[in-house]
Amino acid sequence: MPLSEYNVESIRSRIASGEESLRDTVNRSLDAAERLNEKLNAFLEIDRKGALARAEELSANQQAGESGLPLAGVPLAVKDNICVRGLQASCGSRILGPYHPPYSATVVERLQAAGAVVVGKTNLDEFAMGSSNENSAFGVVRNPWDTERVPGGSSGGSAAAVAAGIVPVALGSETGGSVRQPAALCGIVGLKPTYGRLSRYGLVAFASSLDHISIFGRNVRDVAEVLQVAAGRDPLDATSADVDVPDYKAALTTDIKGVRIGVPRALLSEGLDADVSERIEAAIEAYRELGAEVIDIELPHAKYCIAVYYVIATAEASSNLARFDGVRYGFRAEEAKNLREMYRRTRDEGFGAEVKRRIMLGTFVLSSGYYDAYYRKAQQVRTLLKIDFEHAFGVCDAILTPTTPTPAFLIGEKVDDPLSMYLNDIYTCTANLVGVPGISVPCGLSKDGLPVGLQLMSRHWDEAGLLNLAHAYESKHPLLERPRVSALSDSTS
Amino acid sequence: MKDGWETIIGLEIHAQLSTESKIFCGCSTRFGDEPNANTCPVCLGLPGSLPVLNRRVVELGARAALALGLQINERSIFARKNYFYPDLPKGYQISQYDQPFSERGELEIMTAERDEGGHPKEWRPFRIRITRLHLEEDAGKNVHEGLPDVDRYSYIDLNRAGTPLAEIVTEPDFRSSWEAYDYVNYVRRALQWVGASEADMEKGNLRCEANVSVRRIGDEKFGTKVELKNLNSVRFMQRAIEYEIERQINLIESGGRVVQETRLWDERAQETRPMRSKEEAHDYRYFPEPDLPPLVVTGEFIETVRATMPELPGARLRRFVDEYKLSHSDASLLTSERALADYYERAVKASPNARAAANWVRSELLRELEAANLSAEASPVSPEELGRLLHTVEEGKINAKQAKDVLVEMFKTGKSADAVIQERGLVQMSDEGEIDRIVDEVITANPKQLEQYRAGKEALFGFFVGQVMKASKGKANPKIVNERLKAKLSQ
Repeated sequence: MPLSEYNVESIRSRIASGEESLRDTVNRSLDAAERLNEKLNAFLEIDRKGALARAEELSANQQAGESGLPLAGVPLAVKDNICVRGLQASCGSRILGPYHPPYSATVVERLQAAGAVVVGKTNLDEFAMGSSNENSAFGVVRNPWDTERVPGGSSGGSAAAVAAGIVPVALGSETGGSVRQPAALCGIVGLKPTYGRLSRYGLVAFASSLDHISIFGRNVRDVAEVLQVAAGRDPLDATSADVDVPDYKAALTTDIKGVRIGVPRALLSEGLDADVSERIEAAIEAYRELGAEVIDIELPHAKYCIAVYYVIATAEASSNLARFDGVRYGFRAEEAKNLREMYRRTRDEGFGAEVKRRIMLGTFVLSSGYYDAYYRKAQQVRTLLKIDFEHAFGVCDAILTPTTPTPAFLIGEKVDDPLSMYLNDIYTCTANLVGVPGISVPCGLSKDGLPVGLQLMSRHWDEAGLLNLAHAYESKHPLLERPRVSALSDSTS
Repeated sequence: MKDGWETIIGLEIHAQLSTESKIFCGCSTRFGDEPNANTCPVCLGLPGSLPVLNRRVVELGARAALALGLQINERSIFARKNYFYPDLPKGYQISQYDQPFSERGELEIMTAERDEGGHPKEWRPFRIRITRLHLEEDAGKNVHEGLPDVDRYSYIDLNRAGTPLAEIVTEPDFRSSWEAYDYVNYVRRALQWVGASEADMEKGNLRCEANVSVRRIGDEKFGTKVELKNLNSVRFMQRAIEYEIERQINLIESGGRVVQETRLWDERAQETRPMRSKEEAHDYRYFPEPDLPPLVVTGEFIETVRATMPELPGARLRRFVDEYKLSHSDASLLTSERALADYYERAVKASPNARAAANWVRSELLRELEAANLSAEASPVSPEELGRLLHTVEEGKINAKQAKDVLVEMFKTGKSADAVIQERGLVQMSDEGEIDRIVDEVITANPKQLEQYRAGKEALFGFFVGQVMKASKGKANPKIVNERLKAKLSQ
């Protein structure tokens, strides 16, 4: 089956027509996950038993006449910082030890109720802190396009699993681009919805005001299908919003005539890879041809976004990660002589270097005497950024940038240079700070054959417009190449 | 206190708000259940769980704030107070910091210094500024006793984690331990009164900490303050403050310096002791809680709460004095609990006069209630029945002495006043002819006493009254007996 046809819609119709049973669909995904994990290290846990049991249950229900589940039999991979009852939640960290949460995230529950079958939990940078997946305590994930390269991060496992065709869709999480960036590096679609659109209940917090559950798919329509089911107010998350959820599939008309796309030109010069620049200019031209109006805009404070991001994100993280203290669950250092030593050794042995770096940074910026200079100042600049976006959305309907400054880099290339690693998020982290939705769509390959991502952002709650913009481009310029490691090429006959 | 010295005291009270469920999850706040029975992912601080504010907490917080004269902020912010402790599951406490729920309260209470025997000397009004009342969650509790291997393990019970608290902080306005004592009692009563908290220190749902410093009179700068904890009753707090004042003055006078520290009251030893010193001062790194939106309270909501508030104890006390012409001490006693004040007012409505009702409630009824360990609400004698009883006295059907016995019987059996009176045949004898007959008999039977009386020994009048009452089996109307006796003895 060709890549373009393996999607939510085709799974549904194949099962409905009896071409492939629900069980076989899930089984095929499990086989691929197991077979390719040696090469990719995308999964930390594969739930063959549970997934097949759920498939049987769904089949039985279907045979009993129950129908209409929108995601029936759709294999789903879930980042290992999102709780699924019965499965582990390691967060890519040693500190959680053998922790199994007793409850599922609201988003997972909604997708499962809609028929999606969780096949496993995917690898990530420890506590979602990283842009390359090299910070996982359980080894780096490899990019299916080139296994010497990173898949991006922190949701690298989910991105690789989708790119390699193991699952059509997957859940990741974003705090500063952790879904859009790996989507770009792996040649797939990644959507970060508006803050408050998807419940965070069951997502292990990194930085609560920036965290979003986000969605991977190989095409925009699949992402829209998952969003449709997962979106909406959750009484268990006080920051989830009571905003109408429109019909996202119906919004995918590809008609974008007259839509105004703003390009922040000032951000597209320095540090941008030539290949990426070329692909983005081509995409801008493509949008003109599709009838959009492209205008230049300014986001005067966007240049501060990395600084602001690393103050706020680390501050919140230093507090959110305090609960990993060895007292109630997860890893506890043995033989400590007293409470203080137990805390110190548990956290010293349990957390990796990047997590410790961020906890220290965050502790510092919240400390008495430094709070005003760092945390409060960062919040003030965050407000200015929000105002920048309000102004921009006064003159345009969407903002277009590259998703990342470069295509996938080599494993090990940036591990000793955290600052250069942090700059990977330069185009993506503003959307987390401001809360607006953002999407990354593949826009061709670099000269080295690596995927390049195009990012679009829209107004709060306008995922429908955003998805349609992405869909219009994707329909006209689909990525036809496939990664070297792919379940789909393996199994195509 | 020693001459030349002044004491400065500020108080912090933590009161548990009387909700059924916890502040950020649906778990029960019930006291005394199996350890960790009332927990869920939220109050256990499991990864991925999120807090959602219980609206009932806001309502009870508003009642508490209004009862203490605080201004409720239309917008307040929850903040995280970060510190590590095993009974604190998230590694931070959700509290409020620079934008609290309510601020700027002012309260006028009555206070008095006490003599050696603990009796109030002279009551005087006293104003206290309340800095703030904010909402927060309680922590769990570490258990070190009564379980296997306690020499090697500590246990944690998180039933209490997430219980809603109101923290009430005053300005350093108290100048004596008794002022602090009267204030805490006032706050306890006010919180109970409006239904915001059970405010029972023994159950731990009201806790108190005092900041105490001393300075020489005339000094502008405050002295170094010491925080006192483990004050498990209002009396303990008063004693701890008293001890601490003396300790600090003695220390300074002997050339020492007060160290800023936390000290615990040891009731057995009657002294404060330094808490195990912390390795460094705490920096709680407060910052706004990102998991909770700002708490917005509309003026309309505040008015709704205000409209359902009962008349507050201070106002009611003043009204009792004005309206029912009670003494301050009677009014104060009758407003010590809302249920008692309610009882009294119902009794007034059913009684011939308000002061008589006050006397009866204050002495006769309270004695029975206390003996039976009952609150006024649970009194077997309804206020209406008490009023009925007082009417029979007023009408002269029975006398006061009989009425007291009747009340005891009513209390014991729950019967009505009329029923008890009838059963006992206790109708007062007011027939003058009948009484005259008895008076004549008594005078005739006691010629010696009659002679002495007429010779000027007027104290014997009481003897004759007693004889008449006895002969009438206590039924004679004492007023008529007095009149008739006087008339006949002087004939």
